[in-house]
Amino acid sequence: MRYMMLIYTTHRPATPDEMAEVATAHRALMDETERLGILYSANPLEAPATATTVRRQPGKVLVTDGPFAETKEQLAGYYLLECRDLDEAVEWAARIPTACGGGQGCVEIRAIHEAGRDVPSMSGGGRARA
Amino acid sequence: MEILRETVEAVFRRESGKIIAGLIRISGSFDLAEEAMQDAFAAALEHWPAEMPENPAAWIASAARRKLIDYARRERTRRDKEDQLLYETNTVTREPDPADEASLMDFADDQLRLMFTCCHPALNQEAQVALTLRTLGGLTTPEIARAFLVPEATLAQRLVRAKRKIQSAHIPYEVPPRDALPDRLAPVQAVIYLVFNEGYTAAAGDSLIRRELCAEAIRLGHTLSELLPREPENLGLLALLLLHDSRRDARVTAEGELIPLDEQDRSLWDREQIAEGLQLVERALRVGTPGPYQLQAAIAAVHAQALFTDRIDWRQIAALYAELYRLHDSPVVALNQAVAVALGYDLKKGLAMIDTLGDREQLESYHLFHAARADLLRRMDENEAAIVEYDRALSLTENAVERRYLRRRIAELADAIMCGLCRDCASA
Repeated sequence: MRYMMLIYTTHRPATPDEMAEVATAHRALMDETERLGILYSANPLEAPATATTVRRQPGKVLVTDGPFAETKEQLAGYYLLECRDLDEAVEWAARIPTACGGGQGCVEIRAIHEAGRDVPSMSGGGRARA
Repeated sequence: MEILRETVEAVFRRESGKIIAGLIRISGSFDLAEEAMQDAFAAALEHWPAEMPENPAAWIASAARRKLIDYARRERTRRDKEDQLLYETNTVTREPDPADEASLMDFADDQLRLMFTCCHPALNQEAQVALTLRTLGGLTTPEIARAFLVPEATLAQRLVRAKRKIQSAHIPYEVPPRDALPDRLAPVQAVIYLVFNEGYTAAAGDSLIRRELCAEAIRLGHTLSELLPREPENLGLLALLLLHDSRRDARVTAEGELIPLDEQDRSLWDREQIAEGLQLVERALRVGTPGPYQLQAAIAAVHAQALFTDRIDWRQIAALYAELYRLHDSPVVALNQAVAVALGYDLKKGLAMIDTLGDREQLESYHLFHAARADLLRRMDENEAAIVEYDRALSLTENAVERRYLRRRIAELADAIMCGLCRDCASA
């Protein structure tokens, strides 16, 4: 099961040391998940102010500047990881640094929708966990 | 036929939570498991008149399992015919393993899995409650809707959303690992406690279904304590529910009036439930890690002791509230502690404690704060000041039963004041 982990951060001034710490923590987490073979990709995103919104309308494509909505917490990056179930995804998400913008934020977890998946839709079922 | 229907319904109420837990595990789907179980109960109505099975639950479980096999075969045939549509389907087609037959009777593990899944922290609490009552409790959607005073469609929608989230986010169907257990047990205990409170708080609503909620919460509490008996908070929670519920027949009059603890007819208290509750509190506290449920149960236990000793040890209650406050520093706990100090040591001292309580602004708008002050003032024969406080409490609660109680107190005090005046007149 692939899970998209969206990193939302709040922007506040941060010292270079603080930013370096966040970057180091990300590198460590990416190394670890890479080693385990569960990392599909992980990337930071450019600032929300550089976002472009594309909306398809009948007969035309509407392109506008800026993010879709103004919110306090803004999307700063993502991890795409292979996890057994939501519990494992939560464990990884809890280790993702969210201070990419200086202030603490949160991680939103979404399973990747897999069409035609014909396996029992719940995992577990008695498997022992460590 | 009527008797048969009643038998089947009784089996459903008692056993469906156990049976469905195993069916969900082997089918991997709440919906398929529910459908299979309903089909099995329908089959029971047909077959049981000829021969009543020795173990009805086992009969239903294995009939439902055969239904799951039927569904899987039917689905496969359909798919073979129209595999061009394969990408659209995501229903379950796994055929149950023969080994499942034996494992289906292993109710305990499955019930635990189901509890943890229904009360997974990734679901909101309303969804946790609805799903727990629907699957583990075997309550129908209309029954749950009636109990929580929400439209049936809203509740049905809530259940659909919860089940969809479990499936699409892959919420696991398993007992959490030991190190995660405390965090994961908390929402399970909270759901059971909330179900009980919903039934116990005699507000509006259908009284039969409310009693059913209390009974259901106690059933779930029993199950949790039996399955995880080494967690003392599980025992504490069950004890708490049993001790409160033991007073169900004594706490409200036939007209729905709330009777305060010290005015209740103790012969109406359920002795068996009290004995079980007291024993559970002791067992839990012996483990040596007291938690909020255990402490609240211990407080309820001291009240219940009045059944045997005819007096309430308010000093012990005050000490227990102090301990509870250490774990959970809420102004409501502090308020209760102050009342216990007043009744155990000195009325004036307790009243002074209430007056210096923490977040005053928050408490001012809390009706029990004024009701507690009023009660102490009444005991100090400060009748006029007591009426003022009862009045404030009255203006702050919507609960009809509580309002009647407060009005009665005001009327009694007003009478007492009048009598006092009369005596003055007579002596003049």
